Amino acid sequence: MRDVITVSIWRGREDGRYVAYQVPRLDSQTVLDVVTYVQRHLDPTLSYRFACRVGVCGSCAMTVNGRPRWTCRTHVEKVVQDGRVEIAPLGNLPVVKDLATDMSQFFEKWQQAKGVFTPSQTRHDKVAPIKPASAARVEVDKAIECINCGVCYAACDSVRWNPDYLGPAALNRAWTLVNDERDAGNKARLAAVAAAGGCHSCHTHQSCEQHCPQAINPTASIAGLKRRTIGAYWLGALK
Amino acid sequence: MSGLDQRLRSAGHRRELLWVAAMVHRVSGLLLACFLPIHFLVLGLALERTASLDAFLKWTDLPAVKVAEAGLVFLLTVHLLGGIRVLLIENLTWRPGQKGLASAVLGAAAVMALIFFLRAW
Amino acid sequence: MTLRLYLLQRLTAALMVPLIAGHLATIIYATHHGLSATDILGRTRGSLGWALFYGLFVLLASVHASIGLRSVCADWTPLRGRALTLLMWGFGLLLAFLGARAVYAVIA
Repeated sequence: MRDVITVSIWRGREDGRYVAYQVPRLDSQTVLDVVTYVQRHLDPTLSYRFACRVGVCGSCAMTVNGRPRWTCRTHVEKVVQDGRVEIAPLGNLPVVKDLATDMSQFFEKWQQAKGVFTPSQTRHDKVAPIKPASAARVEVDKAIECINCGVCYAACDSVRWNPDYLGPAALNRAWTLVNDERDAGNKARLAAVAAAGGCHSCHTHQSCEQHCPQAINPTASIAGLKRRTIGAYWLGALK
Repeated sequence: MSGLDQRLRSAGHRRELLWVAAMVHRVSGLLLACFLPIHFLVLGLALERTASLDAFLKWTDLPAVKVAEAGLVFLLTVHLLGGIRVLLIENLTWRPGQKGLASAVLGAAAVMALIFFLRAW
Repeated sequence: MTLRLYLLQRLTAALMVPLIAGHLATIIYATHHGLSATDILGRTRGSLGWALFYGLFVLLASVHASIGLRSVCADWTPLRGRALTLLMWGFGLLLAFLGARAVYAVIA
């Protein structure tokens, strides 16, 4: 094993460039460790995001050798090629600086897809008894662990090619709410995900499913939305 | 396109089998869409006389044309099977092992084209 | 892609599955001894069955291909809105016309 790796890190905004740094190689080193080393010892002007550094927050997502992933959960030995690694900001999002992106559109699309719980009861009503094994709840549980890291959004070709497309994360969240027995907002939600840029713009490439660090399957959730909206259409509930 | 986008274009995720399957499906559809008008025009030659169609069909004896026809059979089969795969994913319960199905689609289409080629030779 | 276009695309696809299977079987059978107009037309001329088969096939393929083309152009070209709709209808009608003409040519 070599003592040093050459790391190419994107610097600047969209019109920036890759800059190479030499970083000492250590056992069990993650890509986040490498970025942190560069910022602390080589170039304090490097901007990047992280928080938990243990794979539960999703803040450290970046593009490593062309793939969007969590850098705190990516061991260098898994991605290094001929002693080199390339690190860029997450794709499909505007670059603020270096490795930090502007995630506003990601969260705006979350709202557009009505990925927000609409209560049907108040605190004065009895707590709704949801059976964990009920078919609907099983569907919700498969998709509920999304922590909005943006990896699926960065991996998605339809997001890249269609600026209106709401994206896998927003639609996945909408699906969890469609199946939530307590939610009262499905009329508006189905209309939102059936609009232009909604679930029907998904071409089932499954890049989201392949890259999700939480092993969520947005393609399946979106397929569920497709079936639900078509059903609503046939019943005259949707135009 | 920005410089960063261009660099990200050589993206590692494009080596995923399921993405390749999706692109094969898309490109095969495009090529078939280009072929269809030509196909209809050739068949329309039968409107004039049988002889016109025959004159055109003489070209199909050429080995190069037979290879092209096998290519078309491959395109149609791969687009058909890939399309069935998408219909299954979108309408049935999710099953693991989608990658195997994708490989099977490509393989079956290649076999089909080969069968055609051998029979037409 | 709107809900209606998506639905039409998937429906025409599903309906064409048996038609394509039949078409491929016919191609493989027919090309064994070399393609000739006499052979092809001998099968199709005056046949109501082939007329219905290929007539339906042409209709479904015209819808499916034009919607597909629209999707690809929406993703990969700068075309938008009205231009896309015109392209879709133009291509669809072209295929339907040429296809119907071809069916007539081999049946009549």
